[in-house]
Amino acid sequence: MVIYRIDGSLEGILCAVFEWFERKPGKIKLIDKKNYQPDAFSDTLEIFNDTKKADRVWKGLQKKLDKIWLRRCYCCFLSEQNEALNNLFEFICYVFSSPEGSTSNYGNTYVLAVAKMARKVEREKHRMEAFIRFQHSADGIFYCGIEPDFNVLPLILNHFQKRYADQRWIIYDLKRHYGLYYNLDLVEEIRMEISEERNLNKPSANRDSEKESLYSILWKDYFKSTNITSRKNTKLHLQHVPKRYWKYLTEKQLGS
Amino acid sequence: MSERIREKLNILADAAKYDVSCSSSGGTRKNDNKGLGDSHASGICHTYTEDGRCVSLLKILLTNHCIFDCAYCVSRKSNDIERAAFSVEEVVSLTMNFYRRNYIEGLFLSSGIFKNADFTMERLLRVVKKLRLEERFNGYIHLKTIPGASDDLIREAGMYADRMSINLEMPTEQGLKLLAPDKSHNDVIKPLGMVQNHIIQFKEERKLIKKVPKFVPAGQSTQMVIGATPETDKEIMHTADTFYKNFSLKRVYYSGYIPISNDNRLPILGTQPPLIRENRLYQTDWLMRFYGFNVNELLNDANPHLDIDIDPKLSWALRNLQHFPVDINVAPYQLILRIPGIGLGSAKKIVEARKFGKLRIDQLKKIGVAYNRARHFIKCADTPYQLKDYQGTQIKSFILAESKSKYLKNDFNQISLF
Ligand code: SF4
Repeated sequence: MVIYRIDGSLEGILCAVFEWFERKPGKIKLIDKKNYQPDAFSDTLEIFNDTKKADRVWKGLQKKLDKIWLRRCYCCFLSEQNEALNNLFEFICYVFSSPEGSTSNYGNTYVLAVAKMARKVEREKHRMEAFIRFQHSADGIFYCGIEPDFNVLPLILNHFQKRYADQRWIIYDLKRHYGLYYNLDLVEEIRMEISEERNLNKPSANRDSEKESLYSILWKDYFKSTNITSRKNTKLHLQHVPKRYWKYLTEKQLGS
Repeated sequence: MSERIREKLNILADAAKYDVSCSSSGGTRKNDNKGLGDSHASGICHTYTEDGRCVSLLKILLTNHCIFDCAYCVSRKSNDIERAAFSVEEVVSLTMNFYRRNYIEGLFLSSGIFKNADFTMERLLRVVKKLRLEERFNGYIHLKTIPGASDDLIREAGMYADRMSINLEMPTEQGLKLLAPDKSHNDVIKPLGMVQNHIIQFKEERKLIKKVPKFVPAGQSTQMVIGATPETDKEIMHTADTFYKNFSLKRVYYSGYIPISNDNRLPILGTQPPLIRENRLYQTDWLMRFYGFNVNELLNDANPHLDIDIDPKLSWALRNLQHFPVDINVAPYQLILRIPGIGLGSAKKIVEARKFGKLRIDQLKKIGVAYNRARHFIKCADTPYQLKDYQGTQIKSFILAESKSKYLKNDFNQISLF
């Protein structure tokens, strides 16, 4: 087995596919540079990114796959999971070596794996669209920090840009240390100082706008009064709102 | 000031919580005016209450003052509770500010009837107009139609709301008459019919002239309270079916009655709401809307009640073993849908995947089939040869023994009332 060492980018994976079709050396394994540890028993091939090669593979894929499957590939990539990247690689190779329509072969391991991973990532995307809680700052920006399991900012950008067209906002990924800033015109990528990052999501009187605490209290009140005690079902509640998201949910913050 | 608004919100959200409709789906309203909000067809649940219901809309009453006295309703005239009323501005600013913080998908506005129907409806209309026209709000709005309001008001409201609803309350006329002598199903039928006609008419006009506004684009829904009156499941679902057919409703909601008063016409305080029954009714509703089942197949004179211990699809299959086993590799999609343990998603995948070769057990499992349940009803490429024909009751006991049904433990919730 040969290890293909990639830089973790989508371009890297596409280049790896290119290399594999050039050489066809049998079974390979992709490893992201970040997670790479030399292994005495396998050879390692360093994959250098080459936009031309990556483009060729992507164009080829566009011919083979419909929009839905292209998106699934992208989602699978955004999962940042090593296993998922390998499945994605195998899936792409499978698609190139099979006739039209091979993606509906749900009996194939890689077809299934990519579809499954994509679904997980889409679910996280959907959860972020649901669980993001903006706080209104004195300088007029609505901001929020998040720590999604997968790198979903690129997937939620569109949704928030369309929805909040008349207010400035920031959504910041505290895990991956980058965020989106919408300035009423377009969305740009931003990076903050670590000290600034830490302040996100912590209510603070000198940063929040005057009305911010009133509305967060009203929302907490609402959350409480809409509950029907005689139907309490904690298991179901936790299934819908896993605990790891609570720290970002206004309605789950104590005190009022 | 802020104390008063908190108080009002507590009272008027509390009073609105028994309305189960919460969906924000089915409306598409593009943000093309650089305003706030954009609704898409699927809708988003932003949080879930501790009882596990989704919260996607700010669901409130404009007021809980009411001139009527329906026994099943907390806002009824004779109930000794705190009363409050929002001003139009208050509802608008709550909605806008909650939406801006991504708390909600929109507004669900209902109201007790104060003074008279038109007076109340006119207020509701002012709220939606202000939101749409002054605030350029494109989020979702579900408006409750006030029974007895004039056609003109209802028609105008429909130009701004995404969904309208009016509750049937009780599944049968007798049930309703018992608890709300002033009301009748006709009060509901009339506005439902009116709105439906307008929907059709606006659609026709839009075909000719693009500028015609959308009218109630997410359609209409209704709600029935379950377990307050002695209707059978058959009566409930046949009523639902009729309303789906006659008024092309988007949804019918079933709300297990939660005792709120000592009225001797109603289950006593402290009685658990019939949660399992409610769940079974929703399952039946799904089977009718998405699985191609006719209501008569699921509920009829021989079977007027849904089983509590198993879901309606399984119980249909057990009553109709002559259709099984179904051969996964050749059966038509419609038949595959009827196999217990196979949902819409896996049925579609099966039909796609079998083009590539006969499917085996391990593949079915990977596709997402609940195999332990389905295996009693199917044949596939490597189905083991079976000598014995099992009876429905035997299959049922196999399945029950295997499934750790989450409801079984909660059996005490289901108390037989009559
Ligand atoms: S008319 Fe409506 S608000 Fe008034 S008591 Fe009856 S159900 Fe309740």
